[in-house]
Amino acid sequence: MQNIELSTKDLSVFYGEKQAVKHISLDFAAKQVTALIGPSGCGKSTFLRSLNRMNDLIEGSRITGEIWIGDENINDPKTDVVLLRQRIGMVWQRPNPFHKSIYENIAFGPRYHGIRDRKKLDQIVEESLIKAALWEETKDRLNQSALSLSGGQQQSLCIARSIAVSPSIILMDEPSSALDPVSSAKIEELIAELKQEFCIIIVTHNMQQAARVSDRTAFFLMGELVEYDDTNMIFTNPSDQRTDDYISGRFG
Amino acid sequence: MTQSGRKQKVKQHVIEEWTGKIVTSFCIVLLVVIIFSMVYFVATKGLSAFFKDGLKLSEIFGTTWKPDGEPPLFGALPFIIGSFSTSLLAAVIAAPLGISAALFMVEIMPNIGRKYLQPVIELLAGIPSVVYGFVGLSVIVPLYRDIFPGQGLGIAAGATVLSIMILPTITSIATDALASLPAGLKEGSYALGATRWQTLSRTVIPTTLPALMTGIVLGMARAFGEALAVQMVIGNAPHIPHSLFESTSTLTSVITLSMGNTVMGSMQNNVLWTLAFILMMMTFVFVFVVRWLERRAQR
Repeated sequence: MQNIELSTKDLSVFYGEKQAVKHISLDFAAKQVTALIGPSGCGKSTFLRSLNRMNDLIEGSRITGEIWIGDENINDPKTDVVLLRQRIGMVWQRPNPFHKSIYENIAFGPRYHGIRDRKKLDQIVEESLIKAALWEETKDRLNQSALSLSGGQQQSLCIARSIAVSPSIILMDEPSSALDPVSSAKIEELIAELKQEFCIIIVTHNMQQAARVSDRTAFFLMGELVEYDDTNMIFTNPSDQRTDDYISGRFG
Repeated sequence: MTQSGRKQKVKQHVIEEWTGKIVTSFCIVLLVVIIFSMVYFVATKGLSAFFKDGLKLSEIFGTTWKPDGEPPLFGALPFIIGSFSTSLLAAVIAAPLGISAALFMVEIMPNIGRKYLQPVIELLAGIPSVVYGFVGLSVIVPLYRDIFPGQGLGIAAGATVLSIMILPTITSIATDALASLPAGLKEGSYALGATRWQTLSRTVIPTTLPALMTGIVLGMARAFGEALAVQMVIGNAPHIPHSLFESTSTLTSVITLSMGNTVMGSMQNNVLWTLAFILMMMTFVFVFVVRWLERRAQR
């Protein structure tokens, strides 16, 4: 694979005694969408959250193994998670805009990182909203509350918000499963658009969605990686019987 | 046989339904009647000083309280100022402490906070006000007497005692507010690379601010209405003090001190009712402020 943006080596995640993710080694390419699929509780969301160290916030969780971005192992305790999370954006299942104006939601991250200049912030807000395909709908109401947007627009806003700190990787945890089909389709279009610039890793329960948006797909089962291949291969000609069973709906 | 049994059953559930309806409606009617009759009683008594005894509105806002004087003077401004300054100052002291304590319990040490600290705070709320007053009188007043000029009695001592009393109110409401923060907001902030300090100060506190303010206002309302503990440490001199350490009075303390010594229906008694009426109106204002804050929070 060319241009590896992020890779994990022997990554395991424990919640107390329970091992939720077991020895996962995966490479994620730049400017590609990688889908993580698998039944509920298979550890795919936990795996995703460990990539930007969000599991640090959960008491009793422990991560072993290595996560490499370039030549830096970010699972090192010495890693500055604040700087790390600036490089890895994240979007959740439920849109979680801050209870502030649309403008402030986007300007929030850049402000954290020390950008005070109003012109610079204006520019970042505009660029981020354009990239998230939300500019046309919101440019005249930037000062209105973000909560006045529809669910799909809120999710786009959350994507714009994570773009605003100019990450190279965006993690998405079932980004459209709480949305209606039309909004969901819009988010998928947006993902296709964004992959020209970012490395996107998306967890999804929706197999059609994985087939539509992703270049590569990893199938997780019981905390283990069963199969990782080009999406076409996974959905047409999986090499593992368990993958075949799952995508053809025999379990999960 | 089966049919009559079934009929019996239907009747039973209709009876239960109606018993429930009647009992609950009776209770709510009783409550409303009590509240309205109390408001009516206090209002008629309080206003009779103006209508029956010919007290002028400007007189009640005068600065001299001499009910035994010739002519008697009923300037209640010192009490109004005393009440407002003690409860405001108490809120100013207690709000940062209470909100910080709540932040600690919810955000920083949730395990220890929920298990040990919250029960302790709730315990604080259950201590009788006479105990607070007594502690204030035997600890805080001597302390202030030693450090500052004056006798130690006064607004500072009253506000200190009140701030400890309203601390549990502010803390527990703030705790609930912080705990009910919409899911995902904190994570959203952390995922953008915010530190804990930035997350707390720019996401958690601004989002929960209306609820935090509700706690502060309810605390102030409690401080405003508290009589016993304040009366024990404020000194009860009926004049506007020049410093925080000079003896003064509040609306509540003057009512509790004088009510027993006046004759029902006399002008002095009626004026005390007027003070009670002012007190009640202020409590209503506090309640409306809380309602308004809650409505804002829902938006």
